[in-house]
Amino acid sequence: MTDTVDQRALTRGQLLSAYRMMRTIREFEERVHAEFATGEIPGFVHLYAGEEASAVGVCRNLDDRDTIASTHRGHGHCIAKGVDIGEMMAEIYGRKTGSCHGKGGSMHIADLSKGMLGANGIVGGGPPLICGTALAAKIKGTGGVSVAFFGDGASNQGTTLESMNLASVWNLPAIFVAENNGYAETTSSTWSVASDNIADRAAGFGMPGVVVDGFDFFAVHEAASEAIARAREGGGPTLLEMKFTRYFGHFEGDQQTYRADEVEHARAELDCLRRFAARTTETGELTRSDLDAIDAEVAAMIDRAVTEAKAAPPPAEADLLTDVYVRY
Amino acid sequence: MARTITYREAINEALAQEMERDDSVIVMGEDNAGGEGSPGEMDAWGGVLGVTKGLYHRFPGRVLDTPISESAFIGAAIGAATAGMRPVAELMFVDFMGVCFDQIYNQAAKFRYMFGGKAVTPVVIRTMYGAGLRAAAQHSQCLYPLFTHIPGLKVAVPATPYDAKGLLTQAIRDDDPVMFFEHKALYDVAGPVPEEGYALPFGEANVVREGGDVTIVALGRMVHTSLEAAEQLAGDGVQCEVVDLRTTSPLDEDTVLESVEGTGRLVVVDEAHPRCSMATDISALVARKAFGALQAPVEMVTAPHTPVPFANTLEDLYVPDAQRIANAVKATAEWTR
Repeated sequence: MTDTVDQRALTRGQLLSAYRMMRTIREFEERVHAEFATGEIPGFVHLYAGEEASAVGVCRNLDDRDTIASTHRGHGHCIAKGVDIGEMMAEIYGRKTGSCHGKGGSMHIADLSKGMLGANGIVGGGPPLICGTALAAKIKGTGGVSVAFFGDGASNQGTTLESMNLASVWNLPAIFVAENNGYAETTSSTWSVASDNIADRAAGFGMPGVVVDGFDFFAVHEAASEAIARAREGGGPTLLEMKFTRYFGHFEGDQQTYRADEVEHARAELDCLRRFAARTTETGELTRSDLDAIDAEVAAMIDRAVTEAKAAPPPAEADLLTDVYVRY
Repeated sequence: MARTITYREAINEALAQEMERDDSVIVMGEDNAGGEGSPGEMDAWGGVLGVTKGLYHRFPGRVLDTPISESAFIGAAIGAATAGMRPVAELMFVDFMGVCFDQIYNQAAKFRYMFGGKAVTPVVIRTMYGAGLRAAAQHSQCLYPLFTHIPGLKVAVPATPYDAKGLLTQAIRDDDPVMFFEHKALYDVAGPVPEEGYALPFGEANVVREGGDVTIVALGRMVHTSLEAAEQLAGDGVQCEVVDLRTTSPLDEDTVLESVEGTGRLVVVDEAHPRCSMATDISALVARKAFGALQAPVEMVTAPHTPVPFANTLEDLYVPDAQRIANAVKATAEWTR
C-alpha cells in the first residue's frame, strides 16, 4: 500500500505524541493479550491492536470540549481520549481502583471528565448518544464536536442509521467513524454490508462519506481533521470509514478459524506503527532513537500498570449496592 | 382553593415553568411542536395530543421536532443529559419502547453504576400509556412494570393533575433517568393545581381515601376507578382505604404496609397485565412483610393476560371497572377462615 498523504502539517512534537499514543495502545493490547492467557483477567476482552491509527488519527483532532462514544473494542479509543492507563488496566482486572471501580470492566470503561462516554457492550449503542452530546454542544455553543466510533457490524444497526439521519436533520457537529476491520465476530463485512463501502451510505443521509486507509495515521488524521473542522464550523456531520483489520480475534480466546493469513501480511506490510516510523524517519523529522526511547518508556508504563492492577484490591461487598442512582 | 386545570394543562405548565427556571431543560419528540419543514404553521399540534402546545414559540430553539427515529432521539436525549442538559423526550406511546428500549435500559439506566458512579443522566422520558381510546393492541399498553424492573430507572405514574405537575417537576429536577407515564384517558380530567411550581418527592404514596375495612392499592387511571368503587362500597357499609402509589420506582412500601396493618385486607388494582406486574409486586410485598396482619388472601384486579382488544365491547371488558373492583373488595371483606 502506498502512502499518499503529506504529513508535513504536523510538528515534531505532534508526531512524537501521535507515535507515543499509538505505541501505548499497541503495548497495552499486546500485554492484555498475554495476561489474559494466564487466566487472571475475567470476562470478555476485545482487543484493538492493528486499528491504532483510527483512534489516534481522529482523537488528535479533538480537545476537552469534545466527546466520543466507543464500542466493545474500546481500549484504543479510551487511551486516545486521555483516560488514565493505570485506571484502565485496573478496571480490566476488576479492581476497585479501576476507571469504573471494577463495576464496568473492559466493555464499559468510561471517563466523562475526559469526554469519553464509554466503551459499549451494545453494538450500535453509541451513535444515538453522541447525537445528544453534539446537540448539547450546539445549544450551549461550546464549539464541541462528538464522535461515534463503531464497527462494520454496527454499521448495519438501525440505531446507527437513524443517528446519521438525525445528525443531518439537526445539522449536528457529529462525526461517524465506521471502523471496518473486516469482521463482525466471524462474519465478513464483504458479505454483511450490502453496499460496496460503508462510507457509500453517507449519501443516503446527506453527508460526506470518505473511505480511509485505516492503517495510515496520516490519511486518518487528514480526513478526520477536515471533517471535524467542518463540524466545528457548523457544517454538519461526516461519515468516515476506516478500512483495516484487527490483529487478534473477536474476543480473547477466539480461535479465528474463519480467517485467512491476512494478519501476518498486515503486521508485516501495512502496520500503522511500522509505516509511521518508516515515513517519519525517512523524512528525517524523527529518528529511530526518538522512537526507541518512546517504545521503552511505554513498555515500562504498561508494565507498571499491570503490576499495580494485579496488586490492587477488588471492590468490597458494600460496593455492590452503591451508585445505582444519584439518590433513591 | 387552587384553580382547576386539566391533567394535560398541568403537564404543559410543569414543562413551561421548568424551562423558564432552567435553561438546560429542552423538549424533544415527534411532532412536539409539529409542522417542522412543512409549508403550514409551526407548533401545529404541540404533541400528538397537544400536551406540549405553545412551548415552541415561548422557548425558541428548545423544543425540537424529530424524525420518527425513537432510538436516535431517545438516545440523543440521554446523551445530552450526560452533557449537562435536562432533556424531556417524548416517547409518543409507550408501546413504541420496542424500537428504542436499548437506549433506555442498557444505556441511561446503567451509566451511573457501570461507570462507577461517575455519570449523571438527568433525562425524563414522557410517554402515553393505557387503554380506553379504542387504540388497540399497539397503542394501549401499560408497560410500566417493564421499566420498574430495571435498576437505575425511576418510574412515575401520576393519577391527577396535581400529581402530574408535581411529579413531572420533580422528574425534571431529578438527577436520575425518569420514565414519566401519562394515561391518555386522563388528559381531560380536571383538578385543583397551584399556579406556582412545586415538586412532589418520589417514593411517597398518597392515601387518597381513608377507611378501615379494606385497603385498595392502585396507580394511574385505576386510582379514579378505585375511588369510584370505594364510594359505591361505602353505601354498602364497606370502608375502603385507597392508596395511590404515585411512583413505582422508588416504591413507598411503608404507606402500603401501614394501611394493610390497619385493615388486614388488600385488593391491588392494576391496569397492566397480571403477571410480573405492580399487582403481583405489591401482593408479594404484603405477603412477605405484613403476613401477620392479613385476615384474607390478597386479591388482584387487573387486565387479563391478553393483548389490548379493539372493539368497544372487548376493551370495556379488558379494563378493570368499578364493579369488578367492588366485587373483589366485597369478597375480600367477607372472607373468613
